[in-house]
Amino acid sequence: MTALHTSGLGKRYRRRWALSDCTLQIPEGRVAGLVGPNGAGKTTLLQLAVGLLAPTTGTITVLGGEPASGPDQLAKVGFVAQDTPVYAGLSVADHLRLGAHLNPGWDDSYAQRRIDRLRFDPAQRAGKLSGGQRAQLALTLAIAKRPRLLILDEPVASLDPLARREFLQDLMEAVADQEISVILSSHLVADLERVCDYLVVLAASRVQIAGDVDALLASHHRLIGARRDEASLPADQQVIHARHTDRQSTLIVHSRHPILDPAWTVEQLSLEDLVLAYMSQAADAPPGRRPVLEVQR
Amino acid sequence: MIWLTWRQFRIQAAVVSALVAAFGILFLVTGPHLVTLYRDSALAACRSNCGQDANNFLNSLSNIAPYHLVYLLGALLIVLLPAVIGLFWGAPLVARELESGTFRLAWNQSVTRERWLAAKLGILGLAAMAVAGLFSLFLGWWASPIDHADAIGASGGFQSRFFPLDFGTRGIVPIGYAAFAFALGVLVGLMIRRTIPAMGVTLAVIAAVQIAFPLVVRPHLITPVRDTTAVTASVIQGLGINGSGNQMSVFAAAPNLPGAWIYSNEVVTASGSTSLGSIPQACQPQQAQGFQACANALAQMNLKQVVVYQPADRYWTFQWLELGIFLTVAVLLAWGCFWWVRRRLS
Repeated sequence: MTALHTSGLGKRYRRRWALSDCTLQIPEGRVAGLVGPNGAGKTTLLQLAVGLLAPTTGTITVLGGEPASGPDQLAKVGFVAQDTPVYAGLSVADHLRLGAHLNPGWDDSYAQRRIDRLRFDPAQRAGKLSGGQRAQLALTLAIAKRPRLLILDEPVASLDPLARREFLQDLMEAVADQEISVILSSHLVADLERVCDYLVVLAASRVQIAGDVDALLASHHRLIGARRDEASLPADQQVIHARHTDRQSTLIVHSRHPILDPAWTVEQLSLEDLVLAYMSQAADAPPGRRPVLEVQR
Repeated sequence: MIWLTWRQFRIQAAVVSALVAAFGILFLVTGPHLVTLYRDSALAACRSNCGQDANNFLNSLSNIAPYHLVYLLGALLIVLLPAVIGLFWGAPLVARELESGTFRLAWNQSVTRERWLAAKLGILGLAAMAVAGLFSLFLGWWASPIDHADAIGASGGFQSRFFPLDFGTRGIVPIGYAAFAFALGVLVGLMIRRTIPAMGVTLAVIAAVQIAFPLVVRPHLITPVRDTTAVTASVIQGLGINGSGNQMSVFAAAPNLPGAWIYSNEVVTASGSTSLGSIPQACQPQQAQGFQACANALAQMNLKQVVVYQPADRYWTFQWLELGIFLTVAVLLAWGCFWWVRRRLS
């Protein structure tokens, strides 16, 4: 089953398209990273996935169901919204009680253990928690409802580097224990690199590329060599990004096959290079041009 | 859902409960003494022609300042109650969640947002109606001796419960106002999405409705009774002239309609005009023949006294009608809340 399946999905706010023509399949059992610059449509896509927004065009199914279509669908999906909202006037213990009252599958012993381990004072008001603690509380609520899919929208954006690392580590432990799929967004590749095995690059309100991280890295190459016209490359090599000096060309190409041309020095790409190449391609692309879209399992 | 609703609502509930308690204590303290005063008055023993006794009783109450004050205070609180409920219970209910982003937390638990809203609207709406009903019950119980005197035909100091300003503070209509104000506040909060502006708009709409309804809508709910009687010298109370001096009209004594809601009491000529045209000789200022002669002369002019009113026995019909109207509007507003939550917020 697919965790997230979209087809021709688009969302328009008044006259601006925040997301357009998004066709995507994220398989279940993955930790999928959604990366893109600010304003690329990440939050829009995730809010569509939890039913906080309704699509303008296209369809979206999450774990086979329409987002937020009923209590069962809501129970299957845990969501931690951007800026991790919590009720400022309620205490930490009240939040757990809230979770217990509103979720039939609530795992109270897990929630209590997690709160203990994080050294929270149950009587403390959520409004007095630090950003990192708030994020942890919101994550606890989302995991303790025992969802099959956890969706996190920029969960670490407001955290300092140490809290960021702790949060992600903690998330990964919980995911490994409970075998849940995860989709999380970030505008920083470094955050995702550590935890994701599936990547979706979203830029200029479109999906630029989506696929398994290892497969993506294996099929993208940096070619360095004497200056050369991009059009002279073989047909199976697709240029994502090109930089030319007077004498030298540096290309980032996509190819399923190994690059055998001895004129090139071939280098491995890092995930960050790959993402940046697609982002700058999106920024340079003339409007209307269809970007490369690839789905690999 | 019930737990969460209560947990988020308990401070507002405590404030209003304290208000209800203070109100109840005030009436419990002063009420028994009022009943004693009534029992000791001639009115309680009177069996027929009690108008004068009723007047005396109300005048005696008016002389004891606290009673008038308690009555006015109670009525004022009931008039303000819809605004308090709309502003502090209704408007922030969803607006605060939208403003602080916590709706994203609430709507991603395993409870649909429709059920979430239904619990909040249901629990707080019923609480609002209960509070309004309690207030009205307190005031009605406390003022029952006054109502009794009014029903007999007294006029001293206290208005009848049918009078437009008092009507909305008594009986069952405050329940309708509370439900309306609450549902209005919630819907406005949903639409504006910010607490403070939503409170402002809610207040403005509630105030407008509270002023406009008694003036524009209520008088037309049921066609009033129109009594036309010939004017005799005994009912004529005076002769008036309007500001520009070209219209003379006659004033007649108020009809004896205890507990009725009187729209107008006019004296008209045979042609139906309230202006006399010419006045009889006996009424000319230079003819000092006295008022009685003037009244006799006016009585000869074939004048008619026209009284337009709602009889006292329609009081409860009006109460049920108005309650029905406000509850219907409240239900429509609540339906609007569900529609907005389902459609417009996604």
